[in-house]
Amino acid sequence: MTARAEPDLKGQPLPRPPAFQRVLNSVPVAVGLYAVVMALIVYGSYVGAQNMGYNWQWYRVPQFIYSRTADGFQWGEIALGLVETVRISLLSFSLATLLGLLVALLRLSGLVVGTAVAVGFLELIRNIPLLVLLYLFYYVLGPIFGMDRYTASVLTLAVFHSALISEILRAGINAVATGQWEAAKSIGMTPYQTYRYIILPQSVRFMLPPMTGEMVHLIKSSAIVSVIAVAELTTVGRNIISDTYMSFEIWFTIAAVYMALTLLLSIGVSYLERRYAVDQ
Amino acid sequence: MTRPDVMIEAQNLDKFYGPFHALKDVSITVGRGEKMVICGPSGSGKSTLIRCFNGLEWHNSGRLTVDGIEVFEGAAEIRTLRQEVGMVFQQFNLFPHLTVLENLTIGPMKVRGLTRAQAEETARTYLDRVHIPEQANKYPAQLSGGQQQRVAIARSLCMETRVMLFDEPTSALDPEMINEVLDVMVELAGTGMTMVVVTHEMGFARKVADTMVFMEAGRIVEVSPPDTFFTNPSSERCRLFLDQILDH
Ligand SMILES: Nc1ncnc2c1ncn2[C@@H]1O[C@H](COP(=O)(O)OP(=O)(O)OP(=O)(O)O)[C@@H](O)[C@H]1O
Ligand SMILES: [Mg+2]
Repeated sequence: MTARAEPDLKGQPLPRPPAFQRVLNSVPVAVGLYAVVMALIVYGSYVGAQNMGYNWQWYRVPQFIYSRTADGFQWGEIALGLVETVRISLLSFSLATLLGLLVALLRLSGLVVGTAVAVGFLELIRNIPLLVLLYLFYYVLGPIFGMDRYTASVLTLAVFHSALISEILRAGINAVATGQWEAAKSIGMTPYQTYRYIILPQSVRFMLPPMTGEMVHLIKSSAIVSVIAVAELTTVGRNIISDTYMSFEIWFTIAAVYMALTLLLSIGVSYLERRYAVDQ
Repeated sequence: MTRPDVMIEAQNLDKFYGPFHALKDVSITVGRGEKMVICGPSGSGKSTLIRCFNGLEWHNSGRLTVDGIEVFEGAAEIRTLRQEVGMVFQQFNLFPHLTVLENLTIGPMKVRGLTRAQAEETARTYLDRVHIPEQANKYPAQLSGGQQQRVAIARSLCMETRVMLFDEPTSALDPEMINEVLDVMVELAGTGMTMVVVTHEMGFARKVADTMVFMEAGRIVEVSPPDTFFTNPSSERCRLFLDQILDH
């Protein structure tokens, strides 16, 4: 999913795959194999659960997604948790992008101080585990600056992901030909105008695929804020299980909801990418 | 100090790329309205010199004034200067994400602060001037090389420049497109624009140049009017070079 550094294969002749690989890759065989593997996994879990004497109660799951009672239609806890996850992710991603852009520009500024600050920040963030960073924000910086758990969570995710995002942005900016800088300079543009009107619009198509990967990454790592009980998807899952003891059904459901969300995002962006490609 | 008839004055410029001495004690004066053609072998410092003229490169010592503005790294007036001095590159360097019209209007609108209507009016005037009014709404990639280079010339003209620098404007072009670009440049020369052109198109040089300059290994070796330059250059190196490029 996160195709970050794709090797440049242009110009190399594609070797013809061996015969057995071609058979494996043909659509009917591939679909058949996929179905068999999935069936085995489901069957295996089912048998395993059966042997444990697990009492499957799938019929109780839909009410946590939505319910239709005498009061009318109502979203369930999982749906509300999903909305919260989306909100936290969007907020953190926007902040991470701003922060990442700042760090990338500092590194590209050519100023020794700028580069030093940026590199220091990157090394700091890269070498602290996400969970520890969250504890730092919630238990240390939280009380000092009077942050609630929600703010601490959003900031943690934003800071953590800004490191990788800054590298993505820097690579995208560097991918624009130097002649563009010279042309912009020679009509008297300021560096700000050059970035805004000339460089960044051209970098977007280099940045879009890895940025999508990073957004997917962020959505998944947002689950970690459940350890400080921010009411998002994973926390909701934990709460339902502690009430109902349906851990298998609920964890399967929560996993499926995350997957649906990230797949939807990838599909949406690849559509966007194709539109962008046409505009060029 | 500033003389009204002088557009560019370079005195004893030296330029280093790391340890490499790219310009060696270069002094040259370009008058207002003068057409200067610079030639010389590859690596002789022609690009470096004209890139110093609009602050794309900075000289390390010596003194350079362009249109009365002193050019040095960090000069506050450098962006004012760049608006006066247009540059046309070998590789065109058009903005590929903008249409032809937007390529021409973005400078006047964002840098000079014209309204869109004013900028588009100017842009259409200059598109006419370079003979491609019908391409206004295309993207650069949809144009031929010759058309792209003419758009690039128009883009500089839209800034109402007083000096135009050309760095081998035709050497990335297919032979059949060279003349359409040179024709535009000849017409431009007729308007009284100050032009400094790095090129090996000697037919063009004969037609428009007031002054010919020959560079070699970072030095200016010969400065003379075209008559003398082509028939009786004072340096042997220049004679050899001319024999080589005029042969084919
Ligand atoms: N950014 C740079 N860093 C290091 N060396 C450079 C740089 N730009 C140019 N040079 C060197 O400076 C010398 C002069 O380069 P310049 O581009 O001015 O030559 P030129 O006369 O324009 O040649 P050409 O006809 O090939 O364009 C060359 O030897 C070149 O390798
Ligand atoms: Mg050159």
